[in-house]
Amino acid sequence: MNHLPEIWGRPRNDIYGSYNPSYLKTSGPITHTSSPTVTGTSVVAVKFNGGVAIAADKLASYGSLARFTDVKRLRVFANSSVVGFGGDVSDMQYIDRLLESIDIREHYSTHGNMLNAKNLLTYLSKVFYKRRSQFNPLWNHVLVAGFDGNGAPFLSSADLLGNTFSAPHMATGFGAHLAVPILRRLFPEERPIEDITKDNAVAALQECMKVLFYRDARSLDEYSIAVITKDGVEVKEDEKVQAQSWAFAEAIRGYGAQTA
Amino acid sequence: MTDSCLKQLAARRIFQVEYAQEAVKQGSVVVGLVNKTHAVLVGLKRNAEELSSYQKKVIEIDSHMGIAIAGLASDARVLSNYMKQQSLGSRMTYGRPIPPDRIVSQIADRAQLNTQQYGKRPYGVGLLVAGVDEAGPHLFEFQPSGLTHEMLACAIGARSQMARTYLERNMDKFLNCSRDELITHGLRALKETLSQDKELTIDNTSVGIVGLAGEGAKGKFESFKLYEGQDTVPLLEAVEQSESGGNAGESMEVDS
Repeated sequence: MNHLPEIWGRPRNDIYGSYNPSYLKTSGPITHTSSPTVTGTSVVAVKFNGGVAIAADKLASYGSLARFTDVKRLRVFANSSVVGFGGDVSDMQYIDRLLESIDIREHYSTHGNMLNAKNLLTYLSKVFYKRRSQFNPLWNHVLVAGFDGNGAPFLSSADLLGNTFSAPHMATGFGAHLAVPILRRLFPEERPIEDITKDNAVAALQECMKVLFYRDARSLDEYSIAVITKDGVEVKEDEKVQAQSWAFAEAIRGYGAQTA
Repeated sequence: MTDSCLKQLAARRIFQVEYAQEAVKQGSVVVGLVNKTHAVLVGLKRNAEELSSYQKKVIEIDSHMGIAIAGLASDARVLSNYMKQQSLGSRMTYGRPIPPDRIVSQIADRAQLNTQQYGKRPYGVGLLVAGVDEAGPHLFEFQPSGLTHEMLACAIGARSQMARTYLERNMDKFLNCSRDELITHGLRALKETLSQDKELTIDNTSVGIVGLAGEGAKGKFESFKLYEGQDTVPLLEAVEQSESGGNAGESMEVDS
């Protein structure tokens, strides 16, 4: 038996030649992630009369490779809020564990978990800001949907720098370019949220997911959708983009090996 | 472990903790009570000598919570500073007032640690914590042993038994009463503990109240309000009135 721990589990020197000890170096400059690796794309959400609806597709891309096609990017918190994650999937899993431990801690309270979506957003933005200040950011852009302290529908976003931004309908990633204009057309600023029904909101999200699948090359036609109302959170994890029509693709010019 | 330690544990007693609880009994009395909407703390302040100021008995922790102390004021200061920090931390990271039961269990954990760690001593102070959260107003009793209870009404400190008797007898009256009546009940309980030659004055009375905001108010909670000095005049007058009124409807001359 060899009693030197640094040799354990390594290729034997007498067979493979001596091991390059520079791999064992523990000193040197600390390095941090400077770009995400496995990523999720857009999250889209809309406020409606009495709640919020939120959707995200189930793809985790490894660069341009569609690496995982069954990733749940909507995270329900305390059956009253939903966090939708865009960006790095491993950082999403880390934040999921943070939220899990908060949920457990809060449930020790006699009156149960009383953190609402607004509290959750404040917390997440502080986590993001702390990590960006350590030059080791959590590479995500999240949407938090639920209710605020007064029981009004709440929707807001937090990004990897700790910025927060709020609007009646929002989207992260490519959705910010492709879905938000659709939502603005369907639900113009002057139309009050009270006018928007749950069905309107869900239909709008379905439309957005379709357009995103058409035009965002890092997206998938399978998605999760969650509807948050006073009665709780209703999540559907295996939705599919309906009534796809690729007829428009014929008319696209300027890419590939077309001659005319 | 020493022999005396083993004997203590065999008897399920830790004398240090019992001595700390004696310090609470030496402190001047504080009373706390809750109803459906409010939690009230009242305290009897003492001055060390005729020309000195009075020792603080009721302390605001945050806008939704306050404490009343009986025992070593310096230990109470340590605990209240810790509670203030925790409350501020909760407002910073979550943007919400910390639930009173959470902070009470935090100070209870701290106090319990002091009863079993080498070189430490228990806190020589008992607290009544009044606060409000989503579920309504709450009152907690905290002891140096680290024991905490949620209470409907409670009194700790010197001669507090008299106040507890009053609270037990009148519980059904104050569970559904108004804000002002609740303060009056608190002060009447406090008054029961006074010795013959003493009375409640604007100098020795402290009142703290927190609760749910009434209809049409801006926020959900009515912020913690501390009454001391001149502010207590109307409260003390209300006590006198309620006592004379309670005398079988017979109006009585009361010298003020």
